[in-house]
Amino acid sequence: MSDENESGGTEYLIRGARPLGGEPADILVRAGEIAAVGPRAAAEAGAPARTVQADGMIALPGLVDLHTHLREPGREDAETVASGCRSAAMGGFTAVHAMANTDPVADTAGVVEQVWRLGRDSGHCDVRPVGAVTRGLAGERLAELGAMADSVARVRVFSDDGMCVSDPLLMRRALEYVKAFDGVVAQHAQDPRLTQGAQMNEGEVSDRLGLAGWPAVAEEAVIARDCLLAEHVGSRLHVCHVSTKGSVEIIRWAKQRGCDVTAEVTPHHLLLTDDLVEGYDPIYKVNPPLRTAADVHALREGLADGTIDCVATDHAPHPIEAKETEWANAAMGMLGLETALSVVQHTMVDTGLLDWAAVADRMSAAPARIGRLTGHGRPLAAGEPANIALYDASAERVVDPAAMESKSTNSPYRGMRLPGRVTGTFLRGVPTVLDGKIQ
Amino acid sequence: MRHLLSTADLGHDEAVLILDTARELAQIGERSVKKLPTLRGRTVVNLFYEDSTRTRTSFELAAKRLSADVINFSAKGSSVAKGESLKDTALTLQAMGADGVVVRHGASGAAHRLAGWVDGSVVNAGDGTHEHPTQALLDAYTMRERTGRLAGLRVAIVGDVLHSRVARSNVLLLHTLGAEVTLVAPPTLVPVSVGTWPCQVSYDLDEVLPKSDVVMMLRVQAERMNEAFFPTAREYSRRYGLDRDRFALMGEDAIVMHPGPMVRGMEISAEVADSPRATVTRQVANGVSVRMAVLYLLLGGSEPAIGQR
Repeated sequence: MSDENESGGTEYLIRGARPLGGEPADILVRAGEIAAVGPRAAAEAGAPARTVQADGMIALPGLVDLHTHLREPGREDAETVASGCRSAAMGGFTAVHAMANTDPVADTAGVVEQVWRLGRDSGHCDVRPVGAVTRGLAGERLAELGAMADSVARVRVFSDDGMCVSDPLLMRRALEYVKAFDGVVAQHAQDPRLTQGAQMNEGEVSDRLGLAGWPAVAEEAVIARDCLLAEHVGSRLHVCHVSTKGSVEIIRWAKQRGCDVTAEVTPHHLLLTDDLVEGYDPIYKVNPPLRTAADVHALREGLADGTIDCVATDHAPHPIEAKETEWANAAMGMLGLETALSVVQHTMVDTGLLDWAAVADRMSAAPARIGRLTGHGRPLAAGEPANIALYDASAERVVDPAAMESKSTNSPYRGMRLPGRVTGTFLRGVPTVLDGKIQ
Repeated sequence: MRHLLSTADLGHDEAVLILDTARELAQIGERSVKKLPTLRGRTVVNLFYEDSTRTRTSFELAAKRLSADVINFSAKGSSVAKGESLKDTALTLQAMGADGVVVRHGASGAAHRLAGWVDGSVVNAGDGTHEHPTQALLDAYTMRERTGRLAGLRVAIVGDVLHSRVARSNVLLLHTLGAEVTLVAPPTLVPVSVGTWPCQVSYDLDEVLPKSDVVMMLRVQAERMNEAFFPTAREYSRRYGLDRDRFALMGEDAIVMHPGPMVRGMEISAEVADSPRATVTRQVANGVSVRMAVLYLLLGGSEPAIGQR
């Protein structure tokens, strides 16, 4: 996304932060850009520059999320673009992709432009609408992908997320068609026949609880097929929310073959497992479902070795009544934006699997590259857009969904102690979060 | 223990206490005045989201024989039909002062959810494809009554295990009580992780029958063939139905059980269902005693209480 928004008028001198977790270096932010990093920053700062004390904080490029549900238009009771953008800013994000399964579905230029404008008006985060692959997410006929790509929203990521483009011929055509504008199809890999009525990961826990099983093969078979299709037609493919060990292995294999495939994993699939379903609390109901400890292990390894390119939240707000019900009737999905970085620290950094430079890649550079966002995911260097997240990795907090900026409270981490806290977020030089508070 | 949600929650001694209490209470049913004052002033709500005249009536009779006030709250023709959530229904029952809620629901885990929203005791009377604990208790009661023991008893459970709450509750309870369970079904109708359950699995009914003291037939819905669980009802019946020829393979003292409702000609032939070695009606009679015991132990308040756990 380009710099069409107003740029910051105030200068900010961020003192003592550690870019990508390295040695402390001051960062001077001026006119929407990073003016200087290091010893020159303080020297170049003008007299009116505002100082942001960030001693010991990790400085990261503003995070980019390939996968959120902002619910507007249609379900403004759960989230709006504005509340979702505040939530994103609190999580250190400066750009989010908004999935197409709104009401009406984002399958026309009109709807994607509406969402894009709502994001621009919010000022807290750039919003990049995702366009539906098929009309009405029905999986039958292609939506007008070119019109969405050419619109002011400049859609590059197309997805029927929530639904799988299961028809192999339609998937092939979509993969081919978006090449004309360097688009990518982000597949929600779920064979619909193998998951009819499915409620949770199929295995020991589902069998004991009497909940219809959601087998890993229903995800893996679609991913394998799509990788082969993408390779055959020379297109790029993105796999949404990879959740199983087998999926990681298939993607690793496809990449070795030279297939142009990228993949994302959610924070919750890096941490939570299906035994949490034991009490039938639908706060743990999500699509794809929570899997086993072996899957979690494989996902962490896959993210560490680059098989999985990025972390995406699949932030999915739901009103209270959609979760305070029987498991089978409850909605699927979890909040993710305001806890993502903490969960990644907990599962990947504190375990030694990733350093902060790699976190910057997985949560900013890689998703920006996949979504073809030009102004995000850039290095923290002079001349780059001032999209910055400041993160206190030594902090600790007990998650309280009621205190979040999201309109909804369906966080699976409620009451959980997680490391780290976003203390500041800058969007093109304008602070959207300062001192841990939304601006 | 405040609730009865799963037979997994019952230890050996607790389960035996329920069965022993049921045996004492069964004597009431033989008197001319079939009533005890034990739960006088207590309110039991039968909350049934699925039609089940058999189970609802059994619970109703059990509660009434203990002098409890019984309210039947059926999902049809009530606020539930107008879209009231399970939680709001729970809060309503709570406000009315229900001491016990007996719940039948099509969703697995509904009884667990309810237990989180009410102060009273919740008895799971069947939740989706999860469990049906009082059915397993009355089955165990019937087995003990007919064979005199449970430890070492060889029990075959035959049919649609995958979708059966009766099978889940029975496997757990019978294991706790020391019986040896073998599940018999086509491979499509057992859960994928059945190898982790405390029981054996066989696909061959003829091989299991001679080695069984108890053969429990589960209802199999013919519509399952539309989801390719088996090719046709006839083929299912040929391979897994208990007909006269197969009945002859069983030991002379072995009994045939069925939780009902039976589909004669599908999983069980009429000759077998009507045999004196079939315990179907006895199970129904025992159901009342076992449910009396459960309500008594959960709501009776004083000794003997189930579960010092």
